[in-house]
Amino acid sequence: MFAAQFRREWLCVARARDEILNPLAFLFLGVLLFAMAFGGDDEALSAYAPGIVWVLVLLANLMSLEILFRRDFEDGTLEQFVLLARPPFVAVLAKVAVQWCVTGFAITALAPLAALMLSMPPEAVPMLMLCLLLGTPALSLLGAVGAALTVGVRKGGVLLALLVLPLYLPVLIFGVSATAAWAGGAAEWAQIYWLAGFTMLALTLSPFAVAAAVKISLEEC
Amino acid sequence: MLTFKQFWHRLGSPKWFYRMSRPWFVAFAVAAGVLLGVGLAWGLAFAPPDYQQGDSFRIIYVHVPAAFLAQSVYIVLGAAGVLLLVWRMKMADMVLETMVPFGLWITALALFTGAVWGRPTWGTWWEFDGRTTSTLVLLFLYFGLYALRQAIPRAETAGRACAVLAIVGTINIPIIKYSVEWWTTLHQGATFTLTEPPAMPPVMWAPLLVNVVGAYCLFAANLIAQLRNAVLRREGGAQWVRDAVAAEAA
Amino acid sequence: MFRNLNLDLPAGRCVVVRGPNGSGKSTLLRLAAGLYPDYEGGIEAADAFYLGQKPGISGLLSPRENLQWYRRAGLSAGGAGSPRAKRSVDEAMAAVGLEACSEIPCARLSQGQQRRAGLARALLSPLRLWLLDEPLTALDAQGRSLVGRFIEDHCAGGGAAMCASHQPLGAMDSAAIELGGGR
Repeated sequence: MFAAQFRREWLCVARARDEILNPLAFLFLGVLLFAMAFGGDDEALSAYAPGIVWVLVLLANLMSLEILFRRDFEDGTLEQFVLLARPPFVAVLAKVAVQWCVTGFAITALAPLAALMLSMPPEAVPMLMLCLLLGTPALSLLGAVGAALTVGVRKGGVLLALLVLPLYLPVLIFGVSATAAWAGGAAEWAQIYWLAGFTMLALTLSPFAVAAAVKISLEEC
Repeated sequence: MLTFKQFWHRLGSPKWFYRMSRPWFVAFAVAAGVLLGVGLAWGLAFAPPDYQQGDSFRIIYVHVPAAFLAQSVYIVLGAAGVLLLVWRMKMADMVLETMVPFGLWITALALFTGAVWGRPTWGTWWEFDGRTTSTLVLLFLYFGLYALRQAIPRAETAGRACAVLAIVGTINIPIIKYSVEWWTTLHQGATFTLTEPPAMPPVMWAPLLVNVVGAYCLFAANLIAQLRNAVLRREGGAQWVRDAVAAEAA
Repeated sequence: MFRNLNLDLPAGRCVVVRGPNGSGKSTLLRLAAGLYPDYEGGIEAADAFYLGQKPGISGLLSPRENLQWYRRAGLSAGGAGSPRAKRSVDEAMAAVGLEACSEIPCARLSQGQQRRAGLARALLSPLRLWLLDEPLTALDAQGRSLVGRFIEDHCAGGGAAMCASHQPLGAMDSAAIELGGGR
């Protein structure tokens, strides 16, 4: 089940490349805007860089979530998904895994570039990447719950943000504080453990919530 | 004598609930009126002023009960969500529907009274400290539930969608609360904990306790009244509702 | 929406659901497919194949890729005891006349071709109960007769089918249930 679903999602994503590239482009555009807003004050910029990066990552992730189920909902594949997926949470996991590969993982891979633009100290970059790698799966998983709940709602984008962003808060807090600590030269592991723990919790529970939410949303049509 | 299982089953039946709940409502409403009347008068007029904060501390007699309820109501919503999804209990859906606006208002009240209290005590209306922030997040969680219900036209679907969200929110609340409080905290420690005697003298905390209990009674009375309304609204076409309304009008 | 609806569908039979718009034909089929949880009453049906008003074919993928996903996911979902899919993806595509465009993303195919791809899923499914919602939509004359033949073959092979349709379904019209008054 996982393999079949993963393969299908991967093909879909490969055919709709703009949908992958838009959130990434948004991320870097955001970095550019912040850099301009700080007006060349590199010191202030690098002090706020962890917060800027994480907020932009949250928003970029949110943008790609909106279409996670929408296309399938519109062409009726989501109905078949619900009828076929046994067990449902495995299929959900495959779908979210692909979404994470093209957002969370891609963002992690491109993070050094963003760090460079925000003049973060180079020593902090590996830890920024580690934090992103550990934190972004939780974003995708929690966000998928919101995406599944709002898929039947016309113009559900703002609603999705409203539902999901409060739940992202722990990731933001631990991500920013860990990144900031390492950028400041302190070796802080506690927040990184917390990030990993939060992601594990999301990984265990949210596939069930997503599967339930998809089923509920399908009653609408 | 009802077995627990029968009671459980009946609690899920709108008809049974409507027939039985009138005296419950009266009991809780009277208790809330008496307790809040006594507690507020006692706290606001008769309790001694604080030696540091003067009279401004008296706002805790409103603030603390509101903050208690703000969290409890969300947990009630999460529990209702489980009941709805697992046992398909119709009454649980009505709880989810009617208690969201109540939670929204009570959370707003907690934030507002907190701000009013913060001004003379901390010298600022607003501060992103642990507990204010997590209460603000709670406000957004309530608002999300409200917005989701508004967005989905079909009532049953909206109810179940809100149930999923309420459960996810309930699981996340402790995590959000912990993370936010850990981040930075300026707030004083909790006034009441279950394990330790309060640091306040009894003349100050006794009225607070009365107010907290009164606020829970107010919540219960409000819940029952709103549920009775919801039953009438949703089952409006059924014959027993017409009979019940006719009997009450006579 | 319905009251006192009692329906028994033995193997080898096809029943057509008729009724004006809004009388609940689609809802009935979705109920039988298990897509609505909040009915009061019982449904004793095996897992069913469901073809909805939306064909359930992703526009980004070609018919072949769509069907391969359906077959793989369906087989792994089938569990113990369910007969394996009778046909291969190629055979199913040939049966609905899609060999020529099997590699073209479905978004570029016509409505009728997309419906045919959706129909081909039925041929891949090992499930014995077919629930078809307006299976004739957007199909040409040849496609319509194809649907009739598929249903006949399926029922002859021990399957059962329930279709919602406004148009006549050929030989299968004998057993029909009529849903009254729209909402």
